[in-house]
Amino acid sequence: MLPALGDMALAGATCVCVLQILFAVQAARAPERYPAAPALLNAMVSSHLLLIFVAYCAMSILFVQDAFEVVFVAQNSHVELPLAYKLSAVWGGHEGSLLLWMLMLAGWTWCVGRFSNNLPTSTRAIVLGVLGFVAIGFLTFTLWTSNPFDLQFPVPESGRDLNPLLQDPGMVIHPPLLYMGYVGFAVAFAFAVAALIEGRLDSTWARWTRPWTTSAWAFLTAGIALGSWWAYHELGWGGWWFWDPVENASFMPWLVGTALIHSLAVTDKRGVFKSWTVLLAIVAFGLSLLGTFLVRSGVLVSVHAFASDPERGLYILAFLTVVVGGALALYAWRASQLKPETRVAIISRESALLLNNVFLVVLAAVVFIGTLYPLVVDSLGLGSMSVGPPYFEALFIPLGLPLVLLVGFSATLAWKRSKTGPVLRAAALPAAIAVVAGIALWAGIYAARGAMALVGIVLGLWAIFAALRDLWLRARSGRGVGSIPSSLWGMSLGHLGLGMFVIAVTVVSSFDVERDVRLATGEVADVEGYQFRFEGTRPVEGPNYIAERATVTVLEDGAPITTLYPEKRRYRVQQDIMTQSAVSYNPMRDLYVSLGEPMGSDAWSLRLQYKPMMRLVWLGTALMMLGGFIAALDRRYWRATRSASATASGATAQQVS
Amino acid sequence: MKMTARRQRMAWIALLLVVVGAAAALASAAFRENLMYFHTPTDIASGEVPSSTNFRLGGLVTTGSVDRDPDSLNVAFRLADCDHEVQVQYSGILPDLFREGQGIVTMGYLDDEGTFQAQQVLAKHDENYMPPELAERLADETGHSCEPFKPVRAGYDTGYDS
Repeated sequence: MLPALGDMALAGATCVCVLQILFAVQAARAPERYPAAPALLNAMVSSHLLLIFVAYCAMSILFVQDAFEVVFVAQNSHVELPLAYKLSAVWGGHEGSLLLWMLMLAGWTWCVGRFSNNLPTSTRAIVLGVLGFVAIGFLTFTLWTSNPFDLQFPVPESGRDLNPLLQDPGMVIHPPLLYMGYVGFAVAFAFAVAALIEGRLDSTWARWTRPWTTSAWAFLTAGIALGSWWAYHELGWGGWWFWDPVENASFMPWLVGTALIHSLAVTDKRGVFKSWTVLLAIVAFGLSLLGTFLVRSGVLVSVHAFASDPERGLYILAFLTVVVGGALALYAWRASQLKPETRVAIISRESALLLNNVFLVVLAAVVFIGTLYPLVVDSLGLGSMSVGPPYFEALFIPLGLPLVLLVGFSATLAWKRSKTGPVLRAAALPAAIAVVAGIALWAGIYAARGAMALVGIVLGLWAIFAALRDLWLRARSGRGVGSIPSSLWGMSLGHLGLGMFVIAVTVVSSFDVERDVRLATGEVADVEGYQFRFEGTRPVEGPNYIAERATVTVLEDGAPITTLYPEKRRYRVQQDIMTQSAVSYNPMRDLYVSLGEPMGSDAWSLRLQYKPMMRLVWLGTALMMLGGFIAALDRRYWRATRSASATASGATAQQVS
Repeated sequence: MKMTARRQRMAWIALLLVVVGAAAALASAAFRENLMYFHTPTDIASGEVPSSTNFRLGGLVTTGSVDRDPDSLNVAFRLADCDHEVQVQYSGILPDLFREGQGIVTMGYLDDEGTFQAQQVLAKHDENYMPPELAERLADETGHSCEPFKPVRAGYDTGYDS
């Protein structure tokens, strides 16, 4: 019953999408002939969202009911699985995650329909038509190659359970946030296609696009950070970024998306970089699609997964070709129509932002090559190889740090043409504080080891103090803190978060200490001035696992400061063994204990880690995310849209006549 | 005015070329330095692999070969593919899914005695996982499918000859 309902809802959504595209084409061609077009399109978008929501709920209920006749449920759930994980298991596998993707896309599309009443009808029709086209690609992909509602007979008695690694609160919210980001770039993409088709891209367009893109970027930031947080806690070994292809797949759209929100600012304020902005929007969404598909279709684990399910692989390639290739072809044909409205002076905010874009895009290219080149070489049969973290680190340090240097000039450089003198004078104080505080921190706490570490710390502090100066200058020249617009709050918070992130990454990668030790009950190991005393283990039982839980007392100068309980779990269904680490943290350091294996008698192997400033990595990314959301809320976009829509539709009318 | 506009554009293009060129030079150098090849025990036996360069070695952990030193974290085991075995030495904590018969990937170098000194041992979080490169070679052209490896837990013994 429910599986049939789900199938029908998906099929119905496909039909609605077809109608939506056909009607959008008509409405875009002759908007004056369809005065009811906006209302009709909104109705279609709403019913599309409703149908996908029905399918999604049907799947969730099937999980709660342990309906193992559904293949996808049987593969990813088990009677013993706690309820929260049954609900999140919907996106624990390929088929269900597509369902989530489509739900989010339908939600974003609905929001665009709902909150863009001021768009000219033709633009609105094109945007909704493009979003409908993307949705139809996913719907048919799901129905043809990865239907989550497929049934099996005979019905298995029990499910294979959700991968224990995914049974973690971080994993529950990580994919939805990531998908919110990916799918959000679809909106920017649709706006870009509309700009190309209409041959018109002005400040109004940029102002419409900015809040959508910035919030998509903020979601993506949160999604990536949570994934990293999850890896740190759940994989059990204290790493937080592995330059793994799966991580890189989400990092590439983030880098290009970061470039996009900056270049959109220039297009908004100065009316230049138009075709570049459009290209970035296309590439950001293309990389989002690539990321989703690569990760979920198993292509990245092995190139040969393509061969194992040729239908899926071919569909992916075809869809990517149509969407991205089509958009790029349109770009090649129409981009010359997007003429810059003015010139760019060498010393100006727009030129600094261009430089920022160059660095970000080059970094994205670095990740792209490092991730995909080995796959290509392997699939051509030229040998198996990989490039490890050292490749990425060797490039991100020299190419990323100049970006941090630029960040500090963001608000003092004026648009149009800037004088060097005032900019340098405004930079003097934060730069001086950064250098002095940086050297103090580096020499005082970390014993002046590693010159590169000093560079990272000073640049991070520079970004932080420059962001604070921007807020202060604005508050002083305006009417106090209350007069600071949310766009400046957002930007400053984002840059402050970046600075914090850079310091934290520099410190944790330069000064962390890791020791693998063998400890018998009562024995003590010393790491960076902290003593870890192993007090033995005892068995404990969880809802669907059994575990050995160790007690480790941490002492500082002989005085106990905390007690940690790392576990070694065995999940009953899949018989998987999982390391559950235990962490004690404060802003200056994480102490991380994970349990290895029993070494005979009452001894265990343990990994003890001292990770300085680890918390600031998460705090920095959280600030970046927060900055994005605050910036997207700026009244200027929403108010300006309303007043500008009249002039914009007037302009279109003039163009048409 | 026109001249300065043009000069300005040239300056921009020159700057972009410098940045992109420097990035490309850095990238290709970093790429070459950090490129790591994947090899199997058979590659080592046929002498294709130079000693004391880092590479990744994949294989199945030979049943009964795991030898832990009770007083330290040193562990020795053998990695095998269809035809050959390599002795591996590692010091540290093994991943959760390390077990006999499991397909794993190690990173390290071959010392002068022909022992692989592993700096890192990776096992994927799937008991049926096999490194793709290995899966490919196990079903190799000789028709020797290495069937005994597959039902890993079904009491497979080391009764094969190398």
